[in-house]
Amino acid sequence: MYFLTKNLASKISLLPMIIISLTVFVGCIIYSFIYSLTGSKLIPALNYVGFQQYERLFKSRKWDVAVENIFIYGFVFTIGCLVIGFLLAVLIDQKIRGESLFRTIFLYPYAMSFVVTGLVWKWVLNPTFGLEHSMHLWGFDWFKLDWLVNRELAIYAVCIAAVWQGAGFVMVLMLAGLRGIDEDIWKSLSIEGIPKWRSYLFVILPMIRPMVVTSIVLIAAGVVKVYDLILALTSGGPGYATTTPAMYVMENFFSRANLGQAFAASIIMFISVVCILAPWAYYEFYFRNKEAK
Amino acid sequence: MNINSNNFQPNGPRPKHLTIGRIGIYCFIFMCALFFLMPLYVMIVTSLKDMDEIRSGNLLYIPKVLSFYAWPKAWSEACTGFVCEGLKPGLINSIKITVPSVIVSVSLGAINGYALAFWRFKGAYFFFGLCLFGAFIPYQVMVYPLLKIESAIGIYSSLPGIILVHTIFGMPILTLIFRNFYASLPIDLFKAARIDGGNFIKIFFYVIIPMSTPITIVAVILQVTGIWNDFLLGLVFAGRDNQPMTVQLNNIVQVDYGVAEYNVDMAATILTSLVPLFVYFISGRWFVRGIAAGAIKG
Repeated sequence: MYFLTKNLASKISLLPMIIISLTVFVGCIIYSFIYSLTGSKLIPALNYVGFQQYERLFKSRKWDVAVENIFIYGFVFTIGCLVIGFLLAVLIDQKIRGESLFRTIFLYPYAMSFVVTGLVWKWVLNPTFGLEHSMHLWGFDWFKLDWLVNRELAIYAVCIAAVWQGAGFVMVLMLAGLRGIDEDIWKSLSIEGIPKWRSYLFVILPMIRPMVVTSIVLIAAGVVKVYDLILALTSGGPGYATTTPAMYVMENFFSRANLGQAFAASIIMFISVVCILAPWAYYEFYFRNKEAK
Repeated sequence: MNINSNNFQPNGPRPKHLTIGRIGIYCFIFMCALFFLMPLYVMIVTSLKDMDEIRSGNLLYIPKVLSFYAWPKAWSEACTGFVCEGLKPGLINSIKITVPSVIVSVSLGAINGYALAFWRFKGAYFFFGLCLFGAFIPYQVMVYPLLKIESAIGIYSSLPGIILVHTIFGMPILTLIFRNFYASLPIDLFKAARIDGGNFIKIFFYVIIPMSTPITIVAVILQVTGIWNDFLLGLVFAGRDNQPMTVQLNNIVQVDYGVAEYNVDMAATILTSLVPLFVYFISGRWFVRGIAAGAIKG
């Protein structure tokens, strides 16, 4: 009994965490996996069908589009945030006037909800009354901005909105990295007569690599779960041109009553997140601890 | 992530002359600022125009005639589905969801962090690892099984239901930041309190809580903005009577029938983002620390 009663208060206080971790985090994955092997439709039923749901998933045209979209979105969004975020951080690092004002301006979109971001950009990119209309009124008749109704380009409209929201956050991370660079390095770089842009690109950027890696991981972790933004901006349309895995899952759960399919898709989502994050988590928590010792 | 406020100070003196290069920098950064501000500006001017001007006029121009028609309508008359009560009920719901969720989840995070940092027992870190792992699971994997759990205990689609969900999903990151903060406190302090006869509860209330102000601010900012901006969980778990503002906003804007009133939509959008923007503008650097700490959240 001593084994249990020792340090009892601590055990009791951690009980909610233990229960939640086991039932919700671990339990839900096991539950989803088990039911992904069944032919459940409207209600979860234990009629096993093997890996048929996964086969159907990989044959589904809509899932294909969703995966393709998440790759395009992930690539453009990550690169866009990194490039713009780094550029803004470098600009702000030039000892400019009104630095905190500019920082505030670049970061404020991050405080907004994805729904708000989506709706605002939906209005700005509105093909009849939005920016396109403004440009026409100014006499640029050739100007075309019909991305939201264009199957090929709609996903890039999502990317623009997402970069608008996320770039400021990357800027903050990068700026923290840049401000951690020793003044002496700058002095020696200027004595060597290396142009500033080259110093930033080839000396400073490698030095703030931890910040870059952190930014990439944080952005990538957000990519897989993109849902509200697309729902607000395009509702997955036109057609299902901008659907994503998260939307596919939610649709099968709540509007198509196709539970088995939704569970299978969600398990695939989970596995891909683990594949992205596991190497980083290993490095961050295990490898680095070992190095420190 | 090493984000301390002192990292944000520029090094060295400000350059004295304005060279061509620096003018270029200012021009470029000014253009970027315009791009970032444009949507906010468009939101505000659109909400102050009437529909005729929106149809005929330029999106980027300030209103010729100021029209305050949209604001009261967005606040109390706009239709979400079949109910036409505007965003007011959504705001009240969002407050009813956010306030208890923040209190419960931050308290739980603080207690967890405290127990993990000072009262470790065998196996505690295994469960802590499991808990952290939960931060990386996409919501979509957990939504349906969690819904089943909640209906089994009878709180699905109710206020306690959504509060529990926010508490669960906030727990990993809050536990982590509180544990890291407490682990950085000098252990001698804790030992002294032990020698003076403090127990688990007494040390927490008399020694730890008074020292926790900075980390609590970070946690509260993180949770307030996160929960206020949440859409998915509110949509699934809150139930029809407790839908948060974000869900109602989406319903108002995405109505399939009737004439779309863009000025009302934009007024509603601004109303919804007022709280997080307010938190952002008053909290400044704390906000940066909060989002940096919370960026890995589900």
